[in-house]
Amino acid sequence: MFRRIHAFLGLLAVALLLLVAASGAVLSVLPAIEHTQVVAAPAAGTSVASVAGRVAAQQPGVETLKRLPSGAVIAYFTGDGAPPTSVIDPATGTPVAAYVPSSVQRALTNLHRSLFLGDAGRLAMGLTALALLVLIVSGLAMTARRMGGWRRMLGRARGSGMQRVHVDLGRLALVGLVPSTLTALYLSLATFGVIPDGSAPLTPLPTMSVSAPALPVGELTALGRVDLEELRELTFPDPAQPDDLFHLSTARGEGFIDPTTGSLLAWHEHGVAARLYDVVYMLHTGQGLWWLGLVLGAAALCLPILGVTGAVIWWRRRRTQVAVAHDATETHADTVILVGSEGGSTWSFARTLHATLTAHGHRVHTAPMNELRAYPAAQRLLVLTATYGDGTAPASGGAFLERIEAMPGAPAYPVAVLGFGDRQFPHFCRFAVDVDAALAQRGWTRLLPLTTIDRQSAPSFARWGATLAAAMGEAFTVTHVPERPRTHRLPLVARIDYGEAIDAPTAVLRFALPPTGLVARLTGRGLPRFAAGDLLAVVPPGNTVPRYYSLASASADGFVEICVRKRPGGLCSGLLHTLAVGDTIDAFVKANPQYRPARGRRPVILIGAGAGIGPLAGFIRANAARRPLHLYFGGRSSASDFLYEREIAGWLDEGRLTTLATSFSRERGGGYVQDRVRRDAERLRSLIASGAHVMVCGGREMANGVMRTLADVLAPIGLTPLALKAQGRYSEDVY
Amino acid sequence: MKPTLAALALSLALSVSAPAMARSVTLTTTLNAYGGNGAYLAFYVTDAAGAYKGTLWMAGNKTKYYSHLTGWQRASGGRLAEIDGITGASVGAGRTLKVTLDLADTLFDAGYSLRIDAAAEDMRDSPAEVVVPLATAGAGTPVAGRTYIRSFTFDL
Repeated sequence: MFRRIHAFLGLLAVALLLLVAASGAVLSVLPAIEHTQVVAAPAAGTSVASVAGRVAAQQPGVETLKRLPSGAVIAYFTGDGAPPTSVIDPATGTPVAAYVPSSVQRALTNLHRSLFLGDAGRLAMGLTALALLVLIVSGLAMTARRMGGWRRMLGRARGSGMQRVHVDLGRLALVGLVPSTLTALYLSLATFGVIPDGSAPLTPLPTMSVSAPALPVGELTALGRVDLEELRELTFPDPAQPDDLFHLSTARGEGFIDPTTGSLLAWHEHGVAARLYDVVYMLHTGQGLWWLGLVLGAAALCLPILGVTGAVIWWRRRRTQVAVAHDATETHADTVILVGSEGGSTWSFARTLHATLTAHGHRVHTAPMNELRAYPAAQRLLVLTATYGDGTAPASGGAFLERIEAMPGAPAYPVAVLGFGDRQFPHFCRFAVDVDAALAQRGWTRLLPLTTIDRQSAPSFARWGATLAAAMGEAFTVTHVPERPRTHRLPLVARIDYGEAIDAPTAVLRFALPPTGLVARLTGRGLPRFAAGDLLAVVPPGNTVPRYYSLASASADGFVEICVRKRPGGLCSGLLHTLAVGDTIDAFVKANPQYRPARGRRPVILIGAGAGIGPLAGFIRANAARRPLHLYFGGRSSASDFLYEREIAGWLDEGRLTTLATSFSRERGGGYVQDRVRRDAERLRSLIASGAHVMVCGGREMANGVMRTLADVLAPIGLTPLALKAQGRYSEDVY
Repeated sequence: MKPTLAALALSLALSVSAPAMARSVTLTTTLNAYGGNGAYLAFYVTDAAGAYKGTLWMAGNKTKYYSHLTGWQRASGGRLAEIDGITGASVGAGRTLKVTLDLADTLFDAGYSLRIDAAAEDMRDSPAEVVVPLATAGAGTPVAGRTYIRSFTFDL
């Protein structure tokens, strides 16, 4: 719901928003520039009378004295001498320069508030502000849902790089966008008279009887009581009109001054509405508060970036939800597949299943979960659903549970629920579990028990397909080939080999980055930005299924580095080990944002064995902030497979790595890395008690061993690796 | 711009009941390229003693800016009833405003003056930007204003 509003309005208003943002950003700088150019602001406490007296003494024919929001004082003169509109030095009263208002500023202001289209344009801009407000609110609601609640709003953004930029920048820009938008709406409503702007009503002017000669302006008592800081405008009496009065307008109100007595006549104090309007005007324009203008302008500059990243996210999401081929209608389908998907990957599994069943003579209808309805011809319902980050429904499944409730009863056909998720998240397949339970509670029969699939595993999916075929009494196999992104050709530029002597050949392979333009990156065609811990998917020639390797470098390093152990008979690892410098591979990058050191300055304990050191080495290399990092590395022999040995020595010297502990299993007195961990129990307990983040990388067996060991280590302080995991302080990258 | 209700123009003392006693007058006002937003212009008539007789036309729709037409406000008392039905859009810099209306014969060659006040956003107020006697001899003769008006002509 929020996503749809957010995307619809965002795309609709994008042109107007860009215009508003660009013109607003330029305008926002002007108050700061004016601030630097204000002529010699006099000491506080200077009265309007004294300044007006000096100006009148210096130059006859003063018509009006005006103080601009920047603090500059200008005067309008009649007759010759000074320029008709002059900047005044308040200290001396002399006109120092002609005042020429910027025509660029005027044009931009008109564009910004009315598109040069008068009231119709003002209305359009008012609606643009309203659209921006709705975008802010719906964007906040989406972010809150994504982060798992309003209280976690400031947490670390997850998702693809583009999504993270959108969320991070959006949260940052709120500081300026919220005041800009609210004040814009206020000003717009005031312009159209919906809320009062507090301007004084037109009233007959007061009159005076010509009884005495006029006093010098510097001696008018009413003017002597007004500080220059408060002045807006002082209009002198027209010499041609003998009964004319001074007109004074200040921050507090406006009224008239009798030039013969100096007394104030018909004073109109600004009401609440007028003062509020002035404050809102200042907050919107930054006029009179130049630094705020810069804040607002910086936030406005974020809008185009938010627009572009938002459009790219929308486009990518759309692309993943292409229609299913050979879709039967809901009234004729014998098999219905309902999909709950957030990023679109579950759809690709649904399409595979749809195609397989169609090929075996079934009439299959596939739809988003939210479109659940009565299926008169159905013999089975298959629900394939992912789970949103915080354990709730994904985008296309939010209304599913309500729809089940609304159905008159359980249908005759059975249902099978298949959940997709990632075991690294605390709420693994929670929504699938909830759906399965809700269906059972409503009396639906199960075709298959609830099954879950970890990290889009194609083999798990094939196994579930086999049980489905068995339950249906048919013989088909479901083979899912993940639709893979465009690959890039990466040439090998360096390799270092370890472990030959001990029969565990492991290579650190470094590839060059392909050149990527901005357009290619924005449209998702280039190699995306990546960090250590993301995955490099290598596609062996003639093979469709990529193999994933954890990246040991970030795009900022300027190269792509992985650490590969040669497996006996391993197709991809074998191929990688044959590469010579200059040879190329086809690969793409897959984001793995959950495997990163937690933000902040807290220590990180890195535990890796063998090739598992790859991403950990990348974290250390990227540790320019010299955050405390403690590395536990396990190998077989320090002479042969101490991966990154030379680099590690350098990182220790530079302070990128704080401490190193190693353990080599084939050496006398050696052991596995978990044995080394156990020996350091005391130190690790205190590090973890002080908030350290544990990151493990390596084989499944090693990871399990480390987890068991840490469970023992942490028991005395009442902590477990699972509890740390739930807090996001225990991360594993296991293969 | 030709107001169809021109006869209402001078709703009080200046209005006429029979066409025979009125004459059609065209007011042509061309503004300078003064480099500002659209100008508000008030056209009104005063008698020989300077007393206000009525308003002919108000260019500019937003009443909150009328206080910048200080001469008109002083003369008319700022009563919006004075300009009911005789307002139009403000006039852009360099543009020309043409208004045709019916004026009573008795206003001509009788010591009355036509005055124009002008003002624009963030610029100086110009009361009595133009003051011309309503004399038939002056018809067709362009007059320049102080700040905003390059030429003003009334044609009979």
